[in-house]
Amino acid sequence: MRLRILPKEEVPRMLKALLGAYRVVGPRAKGPKFVFGPIEDPAEIRLDYDITILPPKVALQPPQERVAHISLEGEAPVAEPVIEAEPTVLFGVHTCDVHAIRLLDRAFTADYPDSHYLERRRQTLIVSMECLTPCDEHSFCKDMGTLTADEGYDLHLTDIGDAYTVHIGTEAGEALLERYATTRVATDEDVRRLNEVLSAKWPRFTHRLNFDAAELPAMLATAYDHPIWAELGERCLSCGSCTNVCPTCYCFNMLDTVSLTLREAIRVRRWDSCQLDEFARVAGGENFREARAARQRHRFFRKGKWLRERFDTTGCVGCGRCIRTCLVHINIVDVFNTIHGSA
Amino acid sequence: MSESIYAPEYARLVEVRPLTELEKLFTIELPGGRSLGHEPGQFVMVSVPGVGEAPISVTSSPSRSNGTFELCVRRVGDVTNALHRMEPGAYVGIRGPFGHGFPIEQMRGKDLLFAPGGLGLAPLRSLINQVLDERGSFGRVIILYGAKRPSELLFRDELEEWAARDDVEFHVTVDRGDETWEGHIGVITTLFPLVTVDPRNTVAVTCGPPIMYRFVIMEMLGKGIPETQIYLSLERRMKCGVGKCGHCQINDLYCCQDGPVFTYAQIKNVPEAL
Repeated sequence: MRLRILPKEEVPRMLKALLGAYRVVGPRAKGPKFVFGPIEDPAEIRLDYDITILPPKVALQPPQERVAHISLEGEAPVAEPVIEAEPTVLFGVHTCDVHAIRLLDRAFTADYPDSHYLERRRQTLIVSMECLTPCDEHSFCKDMGTLTADEGYDLHLTDIGDAYTVHIGTEAGEALLERYATTRVATDEDVRRLNEVLSAKWPRFTHRLNFDAAELPAMLATAYDHPIWAELGERCLSCGSCTNVCPTCYCFNMLDTVSLTLREAIRVRRWDSCQLDEFARVAGGENFREARAARQRHRFFRKGKWLRERFDTTGCVGCGRCIRTCLVHINIVDVFNTIHGSA
Repeated sequence: MSESIYAPEYARLVEVRPLTELEKLFTIELPGGRSLGHEPGQFVMVSVPGVGEAPISVTSSPSRSNGTFELCVRRVGDVTNALHRMEPGAYVGIRGPFGHGFPIEQMRGKDLLFAPGGLGLAPLRSLINQVLDERGSFGRVIILYGAKRPSELLFRDELEEWAARDDVEFHVTVDRGDETWEGHIGVITTLFPLVTVDPRNTVAVTCGPPIMYRFVIMEMLGKGIPETQIYLSLERRMKCGVGKCGHCQINDLYCCQDGPVFTYAQIKNVPEAL
């Protein structure tokens, strides 16, 4: 087993060393909550965080990014791709979000590779963390199979008390560890403590779905006309918060803006939401998903069925962010349980 | 990695021709007169700097490229209104061609029944003209075209050509006539009784406003044409054209990648399709 030991007092030193070579993005406090943001001082990182408001996708698919610069000076405009990528260490990612990043990787690789995401991804190393206690009553990672991860990280930390065990996931991760951290080989005693910590964690997490999540695609296949969609449509405010905070939502809009001098334009990509009224509306006025109920159904089908079928990995990672953020308390666990209960 | 699927290439408008009050035909030349390399039924993402980008189907046939391609554009939103204000010599952004077009190879040897409604003629014209340019390798060619009013008929010169050919069975109708109109009046479905087909050997193709599909498809099915031999081209909002941005999703299908051309068999159980 490629296992190293990183004493906790070494973490600030490691971060400080990383800061010299990388943009470090990690969990930091924002009021009483946490966000993934740039870490400029090792003291800012909060590896004891429960869950962040926005998922770490902010570092891979930022809310807004430039994708092209268009020069309007010559006879014909010229568009130059802009790839906003820099060497980054994404530090302290929980395993639910590791699974979500795997889905983003597949979505942005399929058919036409998206060089903006993929170049950022290529330059990003992921240091993930095993969760030992549930964030709160809203997470259902145990149901979605994301309570741990076997892949998708470069390094994976588990808190065993006064130190972290470090699983080496990739060669790049190994090189990072060698270069920027002082670690030691794990002893039998470390392994024993790791196993103890890991076996102690599972009972702390409870199942919240009343059924096996593997049944979700088949269950939804028979629930297209379920009355719950109309009920959700009545409640939903179409604010788009659920998709903004979702680690597997990646839909976007594309906008061109011209500078005041009219000499250049930029093409910008921005997060978009299938919950917004105009998302599927075409110029002629036809709106192909006009009803809120239809838009809600679209989201739940993407999370529970379509993304999984298309990318062969879970479309919902059970982080519970959409539940925490919803102004009208639409709860994906309740929705799935209700459908299951009425089948 | 400095390529981007989202960076357009700028192409020159070589000709802009009004077709109706609402539609213009744009003839576009890519840098160096390069061929677009499209199949009938594919689309391009067209952009005007500072305004935005929209998916537009290619209306010219690959068999008539001459180093240019054509887009038939209705003035209906921001991008298309901006396009309508542009003149020859101006440049528009082009990405693509994208999507699955009409499977012309599978149509060879078959009788073809085209039923475009209104602006739906634009994508079908690409296929129709390719078929006419290779007329010998297809069976009967039947075109049933419907528009709201006589003044909204597109490509009138070509319509006359098709009407004059004895190897094309061409019927046209308008929902409402005017003082100049001496032809058929009625919605497009009223043209179907005028033709009989050998259903097994017929491939039917339609495109038109959303409301039209159900009724036209009912007519096609009514003639006994199998669901797998009925093709339709669908319109959706698109921001990327390459299956990522999510806007064009029709349930689990991506109009931009799985379509825009679908068989009826593919979408008949997809509730959001029609």
